[in-house]
Parts: sequence; structure tokens; C-alpha cells
Amino acid sequence: MITVAADGIKEVTPPLSDADVEALKAGDRVRITGVMYTARDAAHGRLLPLIEAGKPLPIDVRGQIIYYTGPSPARPGDVVGSIGPTTGGRMDKFTPKLLALGLKGTLGKGARSQPVKDALRHHKAVYFGAIGGAGAVLSGFVKKLEVVAYEDLGTEAIRRLEVAGFPAIVVNDCHGGDLYQDGMKAYAREEP
Amino acid sequence: MREIHVSSITDAVKKLCMEANYSLEPDMIRAFAGALQKERSPAGRQVLQILQQNAELARTRQIPYCQDTGFVVCFVELGQDAHVTGGGLYDAINEGVRQGYKEGYLRASIVRSPFDRVNTGDNTPAVIHLDVVAGAAIKIQIMAKGGGCENRSKYKMLTPAEGVDGVKDWILECIRTAGPDACPPLIAGVGVGGTFEQAARLSKKALFRELGTPNPDPAVATLEKEVLERANRLGIGPQGYGGDTTAFGIHILTYPCHITSLPVAVTIECHAHRHKEAVL
Repeated sequence: MITVAADGIKEVTPPLSDADVEALKAGDRVRITGVMYTARDAAHGRLLPLIEAGKPLPIDVRGQIIYYTGPSPARPGDVVGSIGPTTGGRMDKFTPKLLALGLKGTLGKGARSQPVKDALRHHKAVYFGAIGGAGAVLSGFVKKLEVVAYEDLGTEAIRRLEVAGFPAIVVNDCHGGDLYQDGMKAYAREEP
Repeated sequence: MREIHVSSITDAVKKLCMEANYSLEPDMIRAFAGALQKERSPAGRQVLQILQQNAELARTRQIPYCQDTGFVVCFVELGQDAHVTGGGLYDAINEGVRQGYKEGYLRASIVRSPFDRVNTGDNTPAVIHLDVVAGAAIKIQIMAKGGGCENRSKYKMLTPAEGVDGVKDWILECIRTAGPDACPPLIAGVGVGGTFEQAARLSKKALFRELGTPNPDPAVATLEKEVLERANRLGIGPQGYGGDTTAFGIHILTYPCHITSLPVAVTIECHAHRHKEAVL
């Protein structure tokens, strides 16, 4: 579900539908509330053979958002340690296959490949960016955390997060919009 | 001969690892404030403000500035009149990393083999560079080097004919292709000259210089200034959202080179530039 808050920021609550995704445009600031799943390199590496064999995944990705992150350990009494995004491009190999299964959002930092951007258009999905290196600030938006698969991977295990008002920005939308390209174009200055 | 027991080395490294991850050095804090004065992009300014809050929160709550608490890169200057006692120097450093990462709630990000990729669980081993110098002290510099930006580091063997202009263009190409992936605003550590490995090593060593201070050689300092100015015209901006602050600094170190060669290594460092040092 997507609603627009009084301050103009879009409130994103998974699960997301095609219509929800269509309402998001590159450059939109959003706040995500509800469930997100974490997965990065090693977890994606384990999901791939399952997808290729047509086997069920440990999480139902339909309508969901995967957050590319490997958090640092929580101090006693804390929900989580630092939890900022990792580079999305390393997951490019896997993302189109997950989008084909109904995943609606990925959240990371850094540019995606053309095949991923094409898959975002084709499957109606979105790539959000969070501020890389702001892991201490972002930890405050995580209210609950539970390992749901691949615990042996440590920080790379799949975790179910419950977040409230997690700040992000739409980097790649399902209409071909690209915040990185637009931003760079707007501020590039010719050499004298 | 001055004796230095390994336990004091372990204690120092443990402390440096934790402090580096919680508290950015003053040069970085100044860089955020300085960039905020000049940044035209509202999105860019917002990123810089959040990074300032992040630094403050990490320091006061003693949680890592970034969840990627890095590969520990350690430069040791060992005085030739110092005698390390009670064990091995490298073991002492790795024990410090082990204790610092465990007790400091820092992430274990190192796998034992690039092929089987099993996590060592305690962020060891460190990458250790040793120089033997005059005197009886041991200086230990550590950097918690993030993986995302390290992945954007590059190397090129230029020809002498490509010269200074070739070096400038190559550094800029590295920053441009790092783009939003490497968490800009960036710092480029650049090693020019020497052999293949010497240039790469210098590109890391260069990152320990205090941000904002130039290379003591005026010709190199001019080059650093020019490349920085050009980098900040690229438009990538904080976090790649568009803006004027793509790089905080270009730090170049040079070494004599062979008549046939002009090696240039560029280590890309993100804004989570966590570096600390201690002298024993």
C-alpha cells in the first residue's frame, strides 16, 4: 500500500501491488513501514539453485521488499547494531529471477545493471536507495528482527525485519526513471 | 634495545578497532561541515546532514558508523631499536582485531578463503604492512576498510608518454566509474610509481594523511587540487543523488619508477573513512 503523508513523503507498506509500484517515481522520498527481508550475496547464492529447480524459497517474496544488508551485532538490549545498505549491483545476477517470482522491491545503494532496470519495467517493481554508511541512524527504524533462514551465514542470514518509517528514496522506478542519471545530469559542470 | 610486550600491541589494536568504528576522526567531521557550506543540491545537503547525525549517534551510542565494519588494514612502523617480546607481532595484531571486533559488537566480514567463503567469525586476519624505521617506537595505523568502496578500486599501468595528464584522467575515470556504488563523497588514495605492488600499497598508505592537507611536494599538491576540483564537477554528489560533493580529497603518494613505467593505483575510500593510530 502507498499513501502520501502530509509532508509529501510517500508511505510504503508491503505487500506492494502493481498499482502501488506504478505510483512510485525516481527521486520520490519514501518511508517504509512493516516487513522487509534482508538478503545479500551469500543468501542470494543459496536462493538461486532453489529458484532454478522450481523449489519453494524459505521466504514468500510476493509483494515484498528485500533489503540488501548485513547488520552488525546488537548490543544487549538493542534490536540490531548498525544496519545500512550494501551495494545493490552485486545482486544483479539474481534480481530478475526474484522479480519474476513476484518480488516488488529491493533496497540498497549503488547502480543496477540494464537487465535489472528492464526487469523492473517488465515485472513492475522498484529499486529503493537508502543512505550507505548511515547504519547507525538507520538502526533506529528497525523495531523487530528475526533470523528466518540460513542462520549459519551469520550477518548474511535472511532476516525478517519490522520497520517503522524507514527512510529511502526511489532510485529506479518501473517507468525507466533513474535518480542517479538524472541527479548527475542536473549537477555536472563543464570544465572551464 | 627497548622491549615492547605483545600484550600492549594487542590492547592498542583492540582499542583502535573499536574507536575507529564508533568515532570518525575530526578531519572527516570537518569535511562534512565544509561540504554543507558549498553543496547546491538539496538532496545532497540532506545526505550530508544525515551523515553528521550518523557520526554523532555512532560516537555517543558506541555502535558502528557503518554496518560494514571493514577489513582491518594495518600499517606498522617498527623502530629498529624496539624488540617485540612475548610472541609474534602479527599474532598480537590479529588478537587485537579479534578482541576488538568481538567485544565491540563489530561485524565479522572476513571469509577464510575467497573460494569456499566461510566466515572466520572474528574479522581476522588483518592485512598488515610493515616498515622498519629508525628509533625504538612502534607506530600502528589502522583503517577499517569498507568492501563496497574497495570493490571500486582500480589499477592501470600507464606509459611514460601518457604522463601527468594520463594520471589525472585515470584518477577521474576511477571516481566516475565508482559513481554511487562506493558511497560518495569519496576519498581517492593514489599511488603513482614504483612497481605494481608498491603503487597499490602507496594508494592505501596515502589515505592515512589528514584530510585537507596537501602532499608536501608542491607539484603533486597542485595535481591533487586540480583532480579534486574536476571530480567535484562530475555531478555525482553525496550518495550519487546528484550534487557538487563527489570527493572530499585526492591523496597522492609517489615513488621512483622504472624508465618504462608509470603505474597508477587508486584506492577508493567512502565517507566512512575510519582511521586511527597509536604510538607505543
